[in-house]
Amino acid sequence: MQLQMKAVEEACKELYIRALKVLPDDVKAGIERLNQGESDARAQVVLKTMITNISVAEREDNLLCQDTGLPIYKVKIGRNVQLDGMALKAAIRKGCERATTEYPLRSSVVHPITRKNNHTSCGIDMPAISIDFCDDDEMLEIEMVPKGSGSENNSFLKMAIPADGINGVKAFVIESVVSAGGKTCPPTIVGVGIGGTSEQCVAMAKRAATRALGSACPDEEGAKLEQELTAAVNKLGIGPQGLGGDGTAFAVHVELAHTHITLNPVAVNMQCHSARRARATFTPDGVTYGF
Amino acid sequence: MAHYNLPTPVSEADIRKLRVNDTVTLQNTLFGIRDATQIHMFDKGRKTRFDLNGHAVIHTAPNVRKVPVSEEFPAGYQPICIGTTTSDRMERFTRPLMTENGVRMIVGKGGMREGSASAFQEIGGVYLAIIGGTAALETTWIEQIEDVDMDDLNPESLWRFKIKDFGPLLVAMDSHGGSIYQEVKGEVARNKEAVLKSLGIAS
Repeated sequence: MQLQMKAVEEACKELYIRALKVLPDDVKAGIERLNQGESDARAQVVLKTMITNISVAEREDNLLCQDTGLPIYKVKIGRNVQLDGMALKAAIRKGCERATTEYPLRSSVVHPITRKNNHTSCGIDMPAISIDFCDDDEMLEIEMVPKGSGSENNSFLKMAIPADGINGVKAFVIESVVSAGGKTCPPTIVGVGIGGTSEQCVAMAKRAATRALGSACPDEEGAKLEQELTAAVNKLGIGPQGLGGDGTAFAVHVELAHTHITLNPVAVNMQCHSARRARATFTPDGVTYGF
Repeated sequence: MAHYNLPTPVSEADIRKLRVNDTVTLQNTLFGIRDATQIHMFDKGRKTRFDLNGHAVIHTAPNVRKVPVSEEFPAGYQPICIGTTTSDRMERFTRPLMTENGVRMIVGKGGMREGSASAFQEIGGVYLAIIGGTAALETTWIEQIEDVDMDDLNPESLWRFKIKDFGPLLVAMDSHGGSIYQEVKGEVARNKEAVLKSLGIAS
């Protein structure tokens, strides 16, 4: 399959706008589930308002949240796909810029020192583009995640040591969720990275926070930890918007990698209740959109 | 738990009536303000031409479309999606907003800390919680972008919105020292001990 860069550019424009407007079904179901299980009256009002907002956004064809976030594009390349890597990155960037200027969307991207906004959602190394590979034949997938700042501002890394054990990891996750409180726009998906190098650990936490609800860590120990920590954080009482209640997190997701004998790194990254993402899949038959 | 319909601007007496868990619907005018706006106002000495006395500000940076100035769009901006950002980052600006500009109400999400609570108590102010991430809904409560100041900071300009039935908003911090966030923080600290224990962790 030969990838057409004009189609990639169009899709990357479309993906940003789609992601901002329509929540994935698993996230909608997640809010409904927390609403049904919520025992706190104030939290019920908060969750119902979130449900109302989802339908208002769809009815008015509007963005769910004002925060257009930091644009993240995750590319997965299957087998037998011909492409020019640099042209692919340029097409993604162009699509992101066109969504921002043509829709128009708020550009939330500034230079980190001058704080200057180019009003394109683009800049040095932004959008954030990651590239990975998969076994599927003649297939390329691009997932777009607008990452809101309320949740991103609550990102944590601890280079724990082997003597801290898994309990040190668990305690750090609990501490992180407590210190974030209502600032992350809970209920959240709590992404936890365990092991690897320091930067792998942070990247795994982000991947975990943006994974679909209902998915499980492929590692058995990781999956067990997900269940244990999901139950634990929902006993903290932070609740939706930090105003108290049962529904602090949709889930805790864990991603892990083998690490050094002397390391025990743990990272936490959270995704807000507007857990937005959109996906485009390119095959020889054309482009299809989903979550 | 009373509900108040509050046309802006308000007086100190209006604010002193409000207690945590009351709800408020705002009418007339609301000002949009954010990190950069307040950094320029209070760290760089810029003055706004807007009179914020007795008014409400919302922590926001909206999605807007630039359009020709008309009766419908007097500031040359059409609102697209206007929502709320996390208030905590702007904690240190609450007191100067009140003492230098006379602001009485802050609309935001996630809550503010002790410094804001004491400013609300001493000067007469409230924090009105809106549900973060529900911008599509909030946008339907905004009729028009009436005016804009410090627009070189766009989208973090100082915006003047014409509003209708903006709410219900929850009084989450009042002028009598009440704060739902402080209450929840205390409960969470107690719950945390039990949670750590259930995970087999000695605290």
